[in-house]
Amino acid sequence: MAAFTLSINGQAHAVDVDPDTPLLWAIRDGAGLTGTKYGCGVAQCGACTVHIDGQSTRSCSLPVSAVGDRKITTIEGLSSKEGRAVQAAWAAIDVPQCGYCQSGQVMSATALLEQNKAPTDRDVDLAMNGNICRCATYVRIRAAIHQAAKSLEG
Amino acid sequence: MTMHDRSLSRRSVLKAGAGLVIGAYVAARTPAFAQNQPAPQQVNIAPNTFLIIKPDSTVTVLCKHIEMGQGPLTGMATLVAEELDADWAQMRAEHAPSNPVLYKNLLFGLQGTGGSSAIANSYDQMRKVGAAAREMLVAAAAESWDVPAGEITVESGIMRHRSGKQGRFGEFADKAMQMAVPSDPKLKDPSEFKLIGKEGAVKRLDSVEKSNGSAVFTLDINEPEMLTVLVARSPRFGGKVASFDASAARKVPGVVDVKQVPTGVAVYATGFWPAKQGRDKLKISWDDSAAETRSTADILGEFRELSTKAGRVVKAKGDFDAAAADGGQLVEAEFVFPYLAHAPMEPLNSFIHWQGETASARYGCQFPTPDHGVIAEVLGIGVDKIKLQTILAGGSFGRRAQQSAQVARELAEVAKAFGPGRPIKLVWTREDDMRGGFYRPFGLHRMRGVVKDGKIAAWSDTIVGQSIMKGSAFEAMMKDGLDPTLVEGSNELPYEIANFKCEAHQVEIGVPVLWWRSVGHTHTGYAVEAFVDQLLEAAGQDPVEGRLAMMDKHPRHAGVLRAVAEKADWKGAKLETGRARGVAVVESFNTFVAQIVEMSVGDSGPKVHKVWVAVDCGVAVNPDIIRAQMEGGVGFALGHILYAEQPIDAGRPVAGNFDTYRSLRIDEMPEIDVTIVQSTEKPTGVGEPGVPPLGPAVANAMARLGLGRPRQLPIVPGAAA
Ligand code: FES
Ligand code: FES
Repeated sequence: MAAFTLSINGQAHAVDVDPDTPLLWAIRDGAGLTGTKYGCGVAQCGACTVHIDGQSTRSCSLPVSAVGDRKITTIEGLSSKEGRAVQAAWAAIDVPQCGYCQSGQVMSATALLEQNKAPTDRDVDLAMNGNICRCATYVRIRAAIHQAAKSLEG
Repeated sequence: MTMHDRSLSRRSVLKAGAGLVIGAYVAARTPAFAQNQPAPQQVNIAPNTFLIIKPDSTVTVLCKHIEMGQGPLTGMATLVAEELDADWAQMRAEHAPSNPVLYKNLLFGLQGTGGSSAIANSYDQMRKVGAAAREMLVAAAAESWDVPAGEITVESGIMRHRSGKQGRFGEFADKAMQMAVPSDPKLKDPSEFKLIGKEGAVKRLDSVEKSNGSAVFTLDINEPEMLTVLVARSPRFGGKVASFDASAARKVPGVVDVKQVPTGVAVYATGFWPAKQGRDKLKISWDDSAAETRSTADILGEFRELSTKAGRVVKAKGDFDAAAADGGQLVEAEFVFPYLAHAPMEPLNSFIHWQGETASARYGCQFPTPDHGVIAEVLGIGVDKIKLQTILAGGSFGRRAQQSAQVARELAEVAKAFGPGRPIKLVWTREDDMRGGFYRPFGLHRMRGVVKDGKIAAWSDTIVGQSIMKGSAFEAMMKDGLDPTLVEGSNELPYEIANFKCEAHQVEIGVPVLWWRSVGHTHTGYAVEAFVDQLLEAAGQDPVEGRLAMMDKHPRHAGVLRAVAEKADWKGAKLETGRARGVAVVESFNTFVAQIVEMSVGDSGPKVHKVWVAVDCGVAVNPDIIRAQMEGGVGFALGHILYAEQPIDAGRPVAGNFDTYRSLRIDEMPEIDVTIVQSTEKPTGVGEPGVPPLGPAVANAMARLGLGRPRQLPIVPGAAA
């Protein structure tokens, strides 16, 4: 075990875990933030997506010891205007079914819009195809990203 | 008061729960509900209500069906709100606790969700709850205002009298509770509906919490002193622990204990990661003397051989053999279906806190009644001493609908092996889930048909597969030892064919199987709809017109087929653009769905561009949820038909994660156009019926591209090779 101080959503969280512990479990079991989900543990599904210094990252495949003092944003701390627009569009279009993948979907979609104000369908495919939705809500995910982009115009 | 004292008056029970101010218990008094009630002492009493109206006028509906994405929280609230004349903004919904009397599924006789039955079985019941509550609230207001009840109107949650008096539900909830519960409250005529079937009138109740990370799933449960448990299970189905060495596992910091349990070896730790590391360090030798040792190829060989022999006749009409000998063109096909994992996004997690005399469990529990009984049996305490609460499930697709309460049993065994005191969360990794069995059964259909004079003269389908129900709590639903889920959809066709035969071989294999979104229709829908298309092609008939010509006695099948053909502007299967179209129509769970796919096959494999769907599910309660289920059903079906397979290697399931069990991704999702056919029939479910037609529609389009109908699924094999 070793002590790490993680910067999550603007707050310092002290966690005492094995250095190999994936960031996902440090966030969930260590910091007690459960919005970030486990779906595969091998960077295949995107359920564990968080932002590290603004970049979409699969937290299941990054050891906590490799994070350092970089800034982590989880679904609970999503507060950028893009993040709020994405969440509003998600609710307006009723994207979620079971909902389990959706924290990761929202995080990936937000990172996309933070970097690309008017994504094309192809941009959406590239940014989102690491996020599996077993309920296959993909049609609405796409529509909600475009709607969020539109709401941010002007 | 004690929670299991049945002698309490209804009123005091209602008052017992904080904030419970009005209860409508009408439905529980209807005859269907009163039959076969368990003895009172076996019942874990919950607030006996479907409805809670708080002083702030929020209306919370207790939903007896599990929310796993298919929308029952919203659906039940819609039914209640309609008859209550509530405003949608005041509606809430929660899962009902386990109680086999109050919350039983009227179709199964026990509490459980499955068979796309939620709306079908609650349509009248929940409307009556809403209507009764409305009458009680109106009676209360009438008394307070000293006016006749008949002069009070209710609209969008506001009660009004022409004298100018008006009020909201919360103000009258206390008084309403003292009113008699109407035994047969008057229901609206459908022409008066304001929410049911109305576009845009209702939004899902769970969208916001599922978009901001606050929705709580079983994996998210966290209690003081809680242990996270992972179980090492046999790599082969049917293997048992012979011996194990846990010394290295016990040295992992955070590992608290290691115990043998009936399903394997359980590692108890302070969190997921130490539990996983501890499990990785176990040395276990397995006793495979009773294990399954066959591989997929062996099973296929056996099935293939059986399929050429006569099976038990499930249904026969006319004389197939005579028709086959009477000239015409004999057409044959063999279709092979792989084992499929459900792979719900949240693997099978569960939680229990056993305190010796009592226990409290909560998880995404799809069949509370059998689970409840099994937990009681394992822990050796009464059902009435155990609270079981269903919570949101991260998908299921059938996986949580366990015919023999496997997860509940393992959860209770894990708690029992550790001893009472600490809360326990039993977590499954993705690999545990993928390799945990309970798959869509492996199966084979041998089809033979005769085309004569441009018509289908004879049809024969020989099915080989496993039973889902045998040996389970559902065995009573088998007829003469035959599992109906093996043949549903193959034994009755919507097509008039003079000479018809359906035979089955029910085979026992040591790979555990389970219902998988649309159950038998996952394979019978494919076999029937791909083969009828092949026969129509041989007969020189159009796939849509040819089907319609044989569907005289099946107007709802024909209705969705016509609707989808019209919406897709069907002009034949082959397009000039290098694309082709395929069609299929399947009824499952009394819901009728027709689909047309448009696809091409390029260097990167098959690509489905667009899918048109027409659905007839009777009265459409929540149109947008119906559309969502059709979209999701198409995507779920497409991913599996194209890519998914769980191969078995000498009794061991091979695919362990999404790298080898390939799931559909967003760039592969087609555009989808859903038409809901207007109907006044009783409402039926939509969670599963969107799945079956997709596969055969894809196969039929591939045939028109000159590639033939895939005989062995998945269409693009090899992900797990
Ligand atoms: S849990 Fe990290 S990608 Fe699946
Ligand atoms: S909403 Fe269920 S997995 Fe995406």
